[in-house]
Amino acid sequence: MSEPIIKIENVNKWFGDFQVLKDINLDVSAKQKIVVCGPSGSGKSTLIRCINRLEEHQKGTIIVDGTELSENTKNIEQVRAEVGMVFQQFNLFPHLSILDNCTLAPIWVKKMPKKEAQELAMKQLEQVQIADQANKFPGQLSGGQQQRSAIARALCMQPKIMLFDEPTSALDPEMIKEVLDAMVNLAKGGMTMIVVTHEMGFAKEVADEVIFMDEGMIVEKAETKEFFANPKSDRTKLFLSQIL
Amino acid sequence: MNSINFLKSNKQNFYYFLYLGLFLFSISILDVVINAFFKINVTSFLPGVISVFLPLIIGFVGLNFIRTEYSGIKSLDIINKNINTNNFNAILTLLIIFAIIKATPPSLSWMIFDANISGDTKEACTGTGACWTYVKVWFRRFMYGMYPNDLHWRINLAFILVIALGFFGFFLRDNLKKYLALYYVIIYPIIAFLVIYYLISGGAFGLVWVETGAWGGLSLTFIVSFFCLIFCFPLGMILALGRRSNLPTIRYISIGYIEFWRGVPLITVLFMSSVMFPMFLPEDFFMDKLVRVIISITLFEAAYCAEVIRGGLQALPRGQYDAAKSLGMGYWKMHIFVILPQALKLVIPGICNTFLALVKDTPLIFVVGLAELAGMLALAKTNPKWLGFAMEGYIFAAIIFWIICYAMSKYSYNLEAKYKTER
Repeated sequence: MSEPIIKIENVNKWFGDFQVLKDINLDVSAKQKIVVCGPSGSGKSTLIRCINRLEEHQKGTIIVDGTELSENTKNIEQVRAEVGMVFQQFNLFPHLSILDNCTLAPIWVKKMPKKEAQELAMKQLEQVQIADQANKFPGQLSGGQQQRSAIARALCMQPKIMLFDEPTSALDPEMIKEVLDAMVNLAKGGMTMIVVTHEMGFAKEVADEVIFMDEGMIVEKAETKEFFANPKSDRTKLFLSQIL
Repeated sequence: MNSINFLKSNKQNFYYFLYLGLFLFSISILDVVINAFFKINVTSFLPGVISVFLPLIIGFVGLNFIRTEYSGIKSLDIINKNINTNNFNAILTLLIIFAIIKATPPSLSWMIFDANISGDTKEACTGTGACWTYVKVWFRRFMYGMYPNDLHWRINLAFILVIALGFFGFFLRDNLKKYLALYYVIIYPIIAFLVIYYLISGGAFGLVWVETGAWGGLSLTFIVSFFCLIFCFPLGMILALGRRSNLPTIRYISIGYIEFWRGVPLITVLFMSSVMFPMFLPEDFFMDKLVRVIISITLFEAAYCAEVIRGGLQALPRGQYDAAKSLGMGYWKMHIFVILPQALKLVIPGICNTFLALVKDTPLIFVVGLAELAGMLALAKTNPKWLGFAMEGYIFAAIIFWIICYAMSKYSYNLEAKYKTER
């Protein structure tokens, strides 16, 4: 295995007195797809938010693509430009059209010429099959379309790593599939992905490894088949029995 | 009173009741109108008390007749739903209508029919109504203050130029549009200041110097409001951002600033600016009184602006910040492209509120000897030749202020509609 692209070592994080992450160790190598699951409040969202420093960790080190996350703002912005993120609530910018949502960051952060950015955006929107909605505003689209736009927006920064924070949890059941399809396509394209999700079907289809978290700790980490076939800890077994 | 309800319409005689009710209601209104406008008491043959209350009783019965739950006739349903829901409401409605009718003739005759506008002296006002001659004679003073009469064209020209420059942004070519914000926030105020300074003050280009003490009237209202508005908004924005900053120094400075300026009355600020402030300055340093006033009002109103804008910033969901950050935007890019456009849109009503208050606060500069519109009124009403016309003057000023403020609030509604987006 090559040098890991994300290296998380002994990471601890507290919200006030409450410890949300306890001694997390995780290596992710390039092109690996990892699904993180676990009950709510187990710290899985916090963990991936630490990877692009939307949350600060207080102890330990996180190294993303050779850059250590610290107080250094330059480093953080550099990492964030390389790490795309998709949120549960889509978080599209409601005052901009879908196309402008996609071109904003490439133009102003990566200093890409406007024309080039627009072409790239249209390409990404086509990938997620909403190129025809490019000039609409987020409020005019359905949840599934919004989430796919959000994926396209993140991809427009041409990230090396994509983080998904429960991307289908706020969607109508009918729309989950279209978003998952877009994610599967992305995975097949060779993107490094860390996905927090409860969609076990997606995990089985795409993931190389599944991580089960509870109470801020990684309880179990195993290859996908192994994870579903014979989970080791009792907590994982309980979780799987309830969710499958 | 509910015992009257036995006289209720049903499906069969609905129209009978409707027409009868409308007829009675009209009669009651007509009686009051005749009484108020022509001073004829149609019901004088009745005993005093009944004569007085008759229109109320007839109107009440009429409204009671037309009150139904749902008729399908649109205007009738609107009346029933809003001003005729129950007996008490019906009486209130009638009383308000009567009061308006009663008040109309005297105010109309005072303002128009018995008013004077001819002549040039107080003696021309012989009628019992308003003396608009006073406003006519003083009109130029109310508009331009003590500014020399033959130089008024300079003020007019300056305003026309400033307004024209304001519209300049609309005609920019598309590829220059991105500099629009820069133009309005930085370049435009500077140009406007230079135009107003050189044209109205003079002292250069062969124009006679007119000191700011002579400026006044409505033009001064405009000058003060204009500069305060365009300066206090960016300052307020910076303070609002500062108050939410992660850096403690900046945050506490902003909080301190806002709480200080919100805690002192504007009138003391103005007074300090003209009396105490010069004492702290080096002796050879001179700052014009008007400039000091504009600065102090700006600093004062910026604190209010800041809190309004902060409200808008707090209304945005945290996800917007997360999304902008996750795309690699730094603090300024995030705020300029994502946060502020949304937050400012939310606070248009609040900002309009603050700005209206600012315009209406400008008369306070009278305390430092600057006489804008209301100040000129205060001066004019004490003029020995024109004693006793304060009322006309204040009504005139009220109308002018109302027009300005109403135009501003209309404009803010337009902006709201223009920038409305679905979330």
